[in-house]
Amino acid sequence: MDFVFTEEQQMIRDTAESFLAEVSTSEAVRKAMASDTGFDEALWQQICAEMYWQAIHIPEEFGGMGLGYVELVAMMEQMGRYLLCAPFYSTVCLGVNTLLLAASDEQKAEYLAAICEGSLTATLAYCGARGGRTADAITATWREDGDGFVLNGDSSFVVDGMTAGLILVAARGEGSSGEEGISLFAVPVDSSGLERKAQPMLDQTRKMASLSFNNFKLSAASLLGESGKAWPVLDKVLDLASIALAAEQMGGSQQLLDSTVEYTKERVQFNRPIASFQSIKHKAADMMLRVEAARSAVYYAACVADEALQGGGLADELSEAASIAKAYCSDAYFKNAGESIQMHGGVGFTWEYDVHLYFKRAKGSEHMLGNAAFHRERLAGVILD
Amino acid sequence: MKLSFSPEDEKFREEIAGWLKANLTGEFEKLKFRGGPGDEHTYPDERVKWEQKLAEGKWTCVGWPKEYGGRGLSIEQQVIFFEEYARAGAPGRMGHIGEGLAGPTIIAFGSEHQKQKYLPGIVAGTELWCQGYSEPGAGSDLANVKTKARFDEAKGKWILNGQKVWTSLAHESHYCFVIARTDPESKAHKGLGFFLVKMDQPGITVRPIEQITGTSEFNEVFFDDAECDAEDIVGEPGDGWKVAMGLLGYERGVSTLGQQMAFQNELDEVVKVAKENGAAKDPVIRQRIADLYLRLKIMRYNSMRMLSDDAGDGSLQKEALIYKLYWATWHRELGELAVDVQGEMGQVIAAEPYELTRLQSLYLFVRSDTIYGGTNQVQRNIIAERGLGMPKEPKW
Repeated sequence: MDFVFTEEQQMIRDTAESFLAEVSTSEAVRKAMASDTGFDEALWQQICAEMYWQAIHIPEEFGGMGLGYVELVAMMEQMGRYLLCAPFYSTVCLGVNTLLLAASDEQKAEYLAAICEGSLTATLAYCGARGGRTADAITATWREDGDGFVLNGDSSFVVDGMTAGLILVAARGEGSSGEEGISLFAVPVDSSGLERKAQPMLDQTRKMASLSFNNFKLSAASLLGESGKAWPVLDKVLDLASIALAAEQMGGSQQLLDSTVEYTKERVQFNRPIASFQSIKHKAADMMLRVEAARSAVYYAACVADEALQGGGLADELSEAASIAKAYCSDAYFKNAGESIQMHGGVGFTWEYDVHLYFKRAKGSEHMLGNAAFHRERLAGVILD
Repeated sequence: MKLSFSPEDEKFREEIAGWLKANLTGEFEKLKFRGGPGDEHTYPDERVKWEQKLAEGKWTCVGWPKEYGGRGLSIEQQVIFFEEYARAGAPGRMGHIGEGLAGPTIIAFGSEHQKQKYLPGIVAGTELWCQGYSEPGAGSDLANVKTKARFDEAKGKWILNGQKVWTSLAHESHYCFVIARTDPESKAHKGLGFFLVKMDQPGITVRPIEQITGTSEFNEVFFDDAECDAEDIVGEPGDGWKVAMGLLGYERGVSTLGQQMAFQNELDEVVKVAKENGAAKDPVIRQRIADLYLRLKIMRYNSMRMLSDDAGDGSLQKEALIYKLYWATWHRELGELAVDVQGEMGQVIAAEPYELTRLQSLYLFVRSDTIYGGTNQVQRNIIAERGLGMPKEPKW
């Protein structure tokens, strides 16, 4: 048992940290969030060409780096700390994971190669207008049409949906319900005349879109995996994505702790740094407790994710580990963000200070892929029913 | 990162699990799941016999070096030992203060004489220890110790006067390790000595404290000209604080995984009750059970980090700094849930005059978890100051 980063993993983490500290500054984040696309294309190309992060856990046979989920999580943690605005989460945590689990070798060869090259970004569209994490959340429908398929209905909360070059769409067979009838389709955006609309969000650092399908035609080759049987695979993809998102949440929680402690050491009231007041110290201690517990949950879940992707005895724990990490990190991030505003006092309430960016990201992330209550109920179902 | 145990370690797991299965039977059967925190007053004589049974199998002091009678187990195998011990429902250890605190202190700081005199009795399970740290005026402010030790030249002995409090197992113990002031003019951490004191002597009186549960595990211990041999001070006069604090980081949480297995047993019992009486259908209870379940899992992952993540200089890493605050808060919430899942029935005691059910004892006893061994408030100060570098409060 050796539950710490290897030297190589530590190096990957450190490299990501120093790179992001330089490029994902407050100024850069604010510029990106004010743009339509939500990210700086030149920075993304630099990441793809120089850092090769988009290829982190793509197997070497498809041109990737062939690293594992621990490495991916180590980077997501840093991206969370620096609020990186880039299509990494959508492309790698949603897109690549879906392709790895659902696509044929031919489809993998085509799409993964393009992602590795940096010429393609991807995302996953699964839930309808009301959101949600269960199979019932999928409202878009498919039916067979000649050799191919026809889609109808809507998908919402599609991360980077306005910019992604490839959208992996989950839809249910017309008339199906629950976990039955779910299929996954690869929809290349350029070819299609797909209707998509930006969904302006409270968290401006992560762009979302909704998609409308009106008798939208797809070729037979666009189907990923077996028709109507995709729910178990999609469920697994959402668990993998939850673990990555939890890492981002944990990184954000850490950054809030660090910046808040730094601020309280400098801020003087009543002739003392406010960091010397126990009322402030105790809040900071609770923030650190949440960060460290979140870290333990995320690293454990990353090890489980590794085995779920590559085989191993922990693979069966995937849904439990994902729910534990997502539930805990969702609460931890939002609580830390709220406390951070409080401990900053008046300036924490301003647009100028960055705390609100984290506060908004925290709430947005909390509700993606199931909130804490959802994941606790999911665990309760296993323990109690 | 790698989470699995080696085949050799798994074989060790079978060995200890097998031994417990074969031996936790007959006269020891009734001790299963008994004698833990909140239940330490039960079956003391039988549990002492169990200590000796463990010693027969060489299952005491498993983490100690072989030269002192231990097994010199690796961290992994110690973890496995404590996990299997708790999983089997083996009883709360009567010898844990000697094995976990007195012994390691003597090994680290004691003289050859002290090692030979005291360690074999701890290993054999025949000599029990208690800890004389807290005093009425020295709780969270432990350094404010008032108990005095004066060297009597004529007798060639140390003479102790004062009072200790919250001393668990004092009435069962053969020895007590005591911090007392050797320099009467000194203050705070300075001028203290660390003494190994025989309990059975005229100068020592033990008085049980009746707790919130109506039972007594803790005691007051009064020292009225109690005697301690000259060779039974650990280190020099004035070294007491250093010796007492020297082991804070020693254990690195090896036994915490066993503690968590015991917590799991308790949570399982709460879940069982909730399923039986229908509380498991209540959406709020479901959330609370799931929350405790997931936070217990995280406690385990956090301990695994603690055990893997050794700075090498004896200092505690961040995940270790949060540990006490984390588990104590968790356990207190479990206690609350334990009675809440029972609704009004949870308020009915087992028998008069004041016999409690196991879950009621748990509910009341866990109120001490966030107080002893550094209150939650003190823990937060420590985390803020050592973990985050925040300044101390100005002195009055």
